Amino acid sequence: MSKSKFRTDFKIVRDMEKCIKCQACARVCSNDAHVYDNESNSIISYNDKCVGCHFCEDLCPTGALTIKRNIPEIKFNSHWDSYSVYNIIKQAETGGVLLTGMGNDKPFKEYFDHIVLNASQVTNPSIDPLREPMELKTFIGKKPDKIELKYEPYKLEYNKPELKIINYKISTKMPPQLVLETPIMFSAMSYGSISLNAQKSLAKAATEFGTMWNTGEGGLHEDLKPYSKNVIVQVASGRFGVDIDYLESAAAVEIKIGQGAKPGIGGHLPGEKVDTEVSKTRFIPIGSDAISPAPHHDIYSIEDLKQLIYALKEATRYQKPVGVKIAAVHNIAPIATGAVRAGADFVVIDGMRGGTGAAPTVIRDNVGIPIELAIAVVDQRLRDEGIRQQASLIAAGGFRSSADIIKAIALGVDAVYIGTSALISLGCHLCQKCYTGKCNWGIATQDPYLTKRLNPEIGAKRAYNLLRAWSLEIKEMLGGMGINAIESLRGNREQLRGVGLSELELKLLGIKHAGEAW
Amino acid sequence: MENKNFVTIDANGLHYKVLNEQIRNTLDQKPNIKHIIINNVCGQRYIANGIKKILKITINGTAGNDLSAFMDGPEIVVNGNAQDAIGNTMNSGTIIIKGSAGDILGYGMRGGKIFIKNDVGYRVGIHMKAYKEMFPVIVIGGEAKDFLGEYMAGGLLIVLGLNKKTFPVGDFVGTGMHGGKIFIRTETIDPRILGKEVKSGKLSQEDFVLLNKYMQDYCKIFNLDLDKILKSNFIKLFPYSHRPYGRLYAY
Ligand code: SF4
Ligand code: SF4
Repeated sequence: MSKSKFRTDFKIVRDMEKCIKCQACARVCSNDAHVYDNESNSIISYNDKCVGCHFCEDLCPTGALTIKRNIPEIKFNSHWDSYSVYNIIKQAETGGVLLTGMGNDKPFKEYFDHIVLNASQVTNPSIDPLREPMELKTFIGKKPDKIELKYEPYKLEYNKPELKIINYKISTKMPPQLVLETPIMFSAMSYGSISLNAQKSLAKAATEFGTMWNTGEGGLHEDLKPYSKNVIVQVASGRFGVDIDYLESAAAVEIKIGQGAKPGIGGHLPGEKVDTEVSKTRFIPIGSDAISPAPHHDIYSIEDLKQLIYALKEATRYQKPVGVKIAAVHNIAPIATGAVRAGADFVVIDGMRGGTGAAPTVIRDNVGIPIELAIAVVDQRLRDEGIRQQASLIAAGGFRSSADIIKAIALGVDAVYIGTSALISLGCHLCQKCYTGKCNWGIATQDPYLTKRLNPEIGAKRAYNLLRAWSLEIKEMLGGMGINAIESLRGNREQLRGVGLSELELKLLGIKHAGEAW
Repeated sequence: MENKNFVTIDANGLHYKVLNEQIRNTLDQKPNIKHIIINNVCGQRYIANGIKKILKITINGTAGNDLSAFMDGPEIVVNGNAQDAIGNTMNSGTIIIKGSAGDILGYGMRGGKIFIKNDVGYRVGIHMKAYKEMFPVIVIGGEAKDFLGEYMAGGLLIVLGLNKKTFPVGDFVGTGMHGGKIFIRTETIDPRILGKEVKSGKLSQEDFVLLNKYMQDYCKIFNLDLDKILKSNFIKLFPYSHRPYGRLYAY
């Protein structure tokens, strides 16, 4: 049988009236989809090579290019869609596992789109964020079970016995906290999976805005040390880049157990991507594979998890919050409470829409549960057990707008991590080819020709803008509900109503159906 | 005393948090201290965690879990046994255990040396890795249980099996191994106990130089006859490929 032609996912349409043959497209496409032919003085485009990143389209000075989706028209079959058919063909040819990047793209139910927010009318006035202060400040870390006050006699400068001043001081020692100006942080994305310019953009934006970015499991590059006051560093099973300086330089430490895009699967950065700089940051030789085993082989139980949490707390002298990141899976509620009882100061739940630099497609698209349900059941379980205050909850995995975020907070999280949307702010067009290392937008690549396309100053500005825009929108929505501090919305599920959800779904989400009053 | 530059701490009945705070305070108050002696240690965890300094710490008793995790520099001598996860993600320094140690010793270890007089438990040397001048070495005088050197990416593991009648290593040696070397003092090895990513062979000239170097240190510490040990046969285990997962994926 002849080897099949590659399935063409996209069609490159060139408007010949507009094209001035400047060859910009031919120069920039890292997938060689446009080639300039000297002899005929024409540009030939190969549909089969295009991944649909829309870089050339954006770059073309005359707007001559349009990239269109091209669905192969096999005979209509509602069961055997062309996606499945072409995947089988691919695997018949290679015998390999299908790889992909970014998050689950399957049409699972979007619970956020079935939840609506409340607003004040008449009886409780709404607040105008333009003239009233609105507090988005968020504290991440363990909160004390109670606040204890100590009486401290107050010495008056001159004796006035009729003046009695009762002076109390808080004697409870506050565990270490991260202070965020907005409940939005940038997700873990390692240097190696994304470029240094991409990481720098996020690091700078987070620092300027007063929130956190996250190293992922790839170490902290020297150039990013100036942004270490705002960094959460990850400790994963491969321990890449982890040493005492790394732990000490950070604002908080996060143990990575799982990732929403690939629960139960480890990480694997191929040797080709381990260049000099990545090697220096991960502390591994140039060109060697960086393999993060699926489990931490020193953690087989909650007891073992506790041991690592406390090893990190001891190493950092109890000065920093230590958290645990887990993927949202069926047993998420008991696992999360286990992590809290093991001493985690924050727990990150990563839902099934969470992105990745590379994952087996079959895992990404079929493993894990929606983040909305995970948030609701974890928050409820922690409350039921009376330990919700012992750890902050952070959700991650596919937040598309400030509306998704505010709904997540009302469902019960303290803050969210954004990854995909942060990369979109830097230029990403979700072509899902991050694993190839040829990202035309200079994000998921280490090729210097491509990475220099992302200017970290401009990137930082754009990522900052996204944080600003979403924070403003959250303030608007909060004001509409008559709430002036994000703290008062946390787990305040009365502000939410479901539309078109079953009784069981409503019960799991802990919300009423639209139409039901308080 | 030849030099007063040491401090003794009595760990009797102390919670690990209190004990470790005492050690840290000692280091803060006396930055030039060269030696800390801790007596009556009875399983206290996390001793010398994250300490970045050159000094000696002597532990009299049984060292608890995660001794020397993230450690960078010190020399630790345990006059007794040690529990699990010793030298977790350690960067540099030396750990000498004059008894046996438990499971997952040297997890993700990047540099430094661990010398154990007797036996170790399961999953020892997982994901050890080397980087530039950093080269982690573990020498085990007795035997090691299953999953030795799993996912090993660099460094050197030596198992001597001294005074052992049974085979000195357990099953699944070097599963997922993609770098580094394991030397085992034995005449033969049953390939069925090896992970499928590992092959066995003879030591090269270069390997003997390495073996000699670390065995000299080891024999000096534990007062053993170097020549006698070096006369035995050693088998080397090393990975087939540095890219065990390279051919797993479709285009
Ligand atoms: S730059 Fe991107 S959109 Fe344009 S042809 Fe290349 S792959 Fe396709
Ligand atoms: S980061 Fe780059 S490769 Fe990945 S989806 Fe976005 S544009 Fe495509």
